[in-house]
Amino acid sequence: MFGKLTLEAIPYHNMITFSAVVGAVFLGLIIAALITYYGKWTYLYKEWLTSLDHKKIGVMYIVLSLVMLLRGFSDAILMRSQQAVAAGGSLGFLNASHFNQIFSAHGSIMIIFMAMPFLVGLMNIVVPQQIGARDVAFPFMNSISLWLTYAGAMLIMVSLGIGDFSQAGWSGYTPLTEMQYSPTTGVDYWIWGFQVAGIGSTMTGINFLVTILKGRAPGMKLMRMPLFVWTALCTNVLMVWAFPVLTAALAMITLDRYLGMHFFTNGFGGNMMMYANLFWTWGHPEVYIVILPAFGIYSEVVATFSKKRLFGYGSMVYATAVITILSFSVWVHHFFTMGASPNVNLFFGIATMMIAIPTGVKIFNWLFTMYRGRIQFHQSMYWTIAFIVTFAVGGASGVLMSVPPADYVLHNSLFLVAHFHNVLIPGALFGFFAGYYYWFPKALGFRLREDWGKRAFWCWLIGFYLAFAPLYVLGFMGMPRRMAHYATMAWHPYLLVAAAGTAVIALGILFQGIQLALSIKDRKALSDPTGDPWDGRTLEWLTSSPPAEYNFPKIPHVDEIDAFMEMKEEGVAYQRPDHYNDIEMPKNTPLGVIIGSLAFVCGFALVWYIWWLALVAALGILATVIARSWDDDIFKIIPAAEVQRIEDERYRQLATVEPRGFADKPLMPEPAPEV
Amino acid sequence: MKRKKYLVLFGLLSLGAVTFLAGCSTILLFNPKGPIGEAEKFLILAAIGLMAIVVIPVFIMAFWFPVKYRASNTASTYTPKWSYSAKIDLVMWAVPIAIVTVLAILAWTRTHSLDPYKPIPSAHKPINIQAVSLDWKWLFIYPDQNIATVNQLMFPVNAPLSFKLTSDTVMTSFFIPQLGSQMYAMGGMQTQLNLLADKPGTYAGHNNQISGIGYANMHFKAQAVSLEDFQAWVQKVRQSPEKLDLQRYKQLTQPNDGYYPVTYFSAVEPDLFLYVLRKYDPNWGKHPSHISRSSTAPHAGTVVTEGN
Repeated sequence: MFGKLTLEAIPYHNMITFSAVVGAVFLGLIIAALITYYGKWTYLYKEWLTSLDHKKIGVMYIVLSLVMLLRGFSDAILMRSQQAVAAGGSLGFLNASHFNQIFSAHGSIMIIFMAMPFLVGLMNIVVPQQIGARDVAFPFMNSISLWLTYAGAMLIMVSLGIGDFSQAGWSGYTPLTEMQYSPTTGVDYWIWGFQVAGIGSTMTGINFLVTILKGRAPGMKLMRMPLFVWTALCTNVLMVWAFPVLTAALAMITLDRYLGMHFFTNGFGGNMMMYANLFWTWGHPEVYIVILPAFGIYSEVVATFSKKRLFGYGSMVYATAVITILSFSVWVHHFFTMGASPNVNLFFGIATMMIAIPTGVKIFNWLFTMYRGRIQFHQSMYWTIAFIVTFAVGGASGVLMSVPPADYVLHNSLFLVAHFHNVLIPGALFGFFAGYYYWFPKALGFRLREDWGKRAFWCWLIGFYLAFAPLYVLGFMGMPRRMAHYATMAWHPYLLVAAAGTAVIALGILFQGIQLALSIKDRKALSDPTGDPWDGRTLEWLTSSPPAEYNFPKIPHVDEIDAFMEMKEEGVAYQRPDHYNDIEMPKNTPLGVIIGSLAFVCGFALVWYIWWLALVAALGILATVIARSWDDDIFKIIPAAEVQRIEDERYRQLATVEPRGFADKPLMPEPAPEV
Repeated sequence: MKRKKYLVLFGLLSLGAVTFLAGCSTILLFNPKGPIGEAEKFLILAAIGLMAIVVIPVFIMAFWFPVKYRASNTASTYTPKWSYSAKIDLVMWAVPIAIVTVLAILAWTRTHSLDPYKPIPSAHKPINIQAVSLDWKWLFIYPDQNIATVNQLMFPVNAPLSFKLTSDTVMTSFFIPQLGSQMYAMGGMQTQLNLLADKPGTYAGHNNQISGIGYANMHFKAQAVSLEDFQAWVQKVRQSPEKLDLQRYKQLTQPNDGYYPVTYFSAVEPDLFLYVLRKYDPNWGKHPSHISRSSTAPHAGTVVTEGN
């Protein structure tokens, strides 16, 4: 009836895990109680869970990402504390099995359930507005992607309280993840969590690819798209190309584990090297999937706050495209030490070095955007400048490891751990934070306080260097990654410094929490009645903050790269049309959240071998999809009169604040000096 | 704001400098004890130097531009529409291309000369060692001496070490940082590694690839001693009452709790290493091409499984 599931699966014998579970359940109950107390269940259901509005879906993605950031960071605290104490003869406070689960969960969560939802959330909020569209190409599929991501995240979270998680690292190398070496359900949670979320990501990729290619406002040629849209486009190309490979690789491990097949086993013709190749064929592009959108965010932020056009737009676009293509030709650098011939390693090593060329070009483009600008030090700009400096170091350490013989000694050491955190934290997370502060008023209508934001920034930056600079040294000292305990006392002082760095980052996260809470409290004073709080350059600043459901009452026409800036300078940004038309928008539907919930049930049932339940859930998904395809009544009409009412209200508000370019008199364009 | 940043950077640089000056003996990769490790150390330092050509200007510009072009400094030039310069564009593409070209040439020559499969030329007689990774310990078989050890590696200084690696568990990675390159060991497949110690001493070695709950216990001591001491040690191992027959080997493959103590075996089952390989790939080595390739320089486990 319940497959392998028994009461034994609840970890009441492990104090640390059990208190985490109790804490999480308790927190969930408090939130549910608060929603009930304020009578917000209907609001939540009608306005959020069933919404197909890309902006709300974006916000829900980012909420998930921030919650998972806390979970992933808790894992980081545990790992750093364990390694700070488990020196010499001490085994620390975590046993090896628990420690292995923690580093596996940390990596899985940070990549798939923190970075991915963060970037997809920002893309959701911003991309349709930047291209002058009213929604994504497939709003319902967007909702399914969101709820599949939630389902995957829930599977990972549930593994904390029921059963265990994988102990084989986020990359799940075979044959360690085969049944023979990992007989518990941990690996199955990892498989189904990744699989469900991965299918959601593939659909997101398709959706945004079509949105960007087909949904642009008239006049927005490809070479007039904002840089964030370009990077989103490249990321979506990578998602569509790469995620199916992950899906296939996971399906093969699933067949090995569930049906005793031998794709990646030691014996019977299985080949573990094939898994490593497949995993990194997805895994390396995945790195660029999370980094490229952050590059786009930096490009927007640096131009806006330098009060200047982005330097070298063409170079930026081509650099992004080159990175996209090269990212598929470097995966072997994850296993130079597998015994391939020098020429094979060199092909992939030199391809890896070549990625440094377009990346270096981008860095210089951002620097020259600041050159001869009028830089305002908004908090987003702090993250951007910190990124440029920090990422230069991370990139250099990556180029170092691309030289195969250097990798022969640095591979799998803490140098590697330092390197990829040094590219992913500034290269992705700092960018997402910059985007979070930059677009927060656009999404929710009020700005976030600068004071606590800058305090948080300094904690993050200093904490980052304290936490990861020692890991570079430890790598040179020959310390391998993923050690539950170690005998070499020379490593200990560095690990203490790294642990202190983690504490400083924790303070940064706390300050960000305070910043959010205080900003919500002061939301009236921080509100953005203009829709254009930073004197922005691209179309998302033309809409109100938060935008009306339809974003644009009339689709704008684009003639320039910085379309909105150009409109402001010509004095046409806020010109009202002589009349409004009816607007067709997708109707809300609960089917997305139903499919997500069924996918979660199906994944959970498969983890525990509850076959009947898995079948019921899978058939339920199929039935839901069929039911939806019979439904022709999926659009609603917002009448012209309603649009007129909303826009009248907006213009009344605009008249009181008069944003730049509002008055009907054209602004004089500033003279273009010779260079 | 800027001052804080400078302070952080200064602090880090001095921390780094102090580390490197004071703790050199513990910075194993910068304190190599053989030609492979020495060459890899040079390569790391050369690559760092090359990249400094780009990274240092980035640091300077990232501090200088925000300070000079801050909004409050209205005296500085402001060119809001300026967004392209062919000269700057050329330089920003050309410099990274030039550096990567130099680095690629360096990588090309060194990847060939430091190929882990390439035997190290030496006047001394090579020592053949067959290493098998087990849950969670290393078994070292000396086929020429017909002895075996667990978690201890002994060899003469200056003698080329020719390792054949395989695994009787999950994928692992064999690594002695001070001697240089690491190499994966995988079930049913044989990989190779050539190292040499040119200074006597005891060097830490370990598995570098997560392999389950006993992973942290998979370390060993590698000792480079004089030829006489090595021969004396071989004699000592030969006195051991323990012999490594198939039954004892199967016992050894069982997972262990904690660190597996150093164990000596005075005799080894003939072709035990081949037995381990054939356990997962019954045809391993039967095809003539396997033999000829393994005597020259075959690459990757794929080669040895191809002949099935």
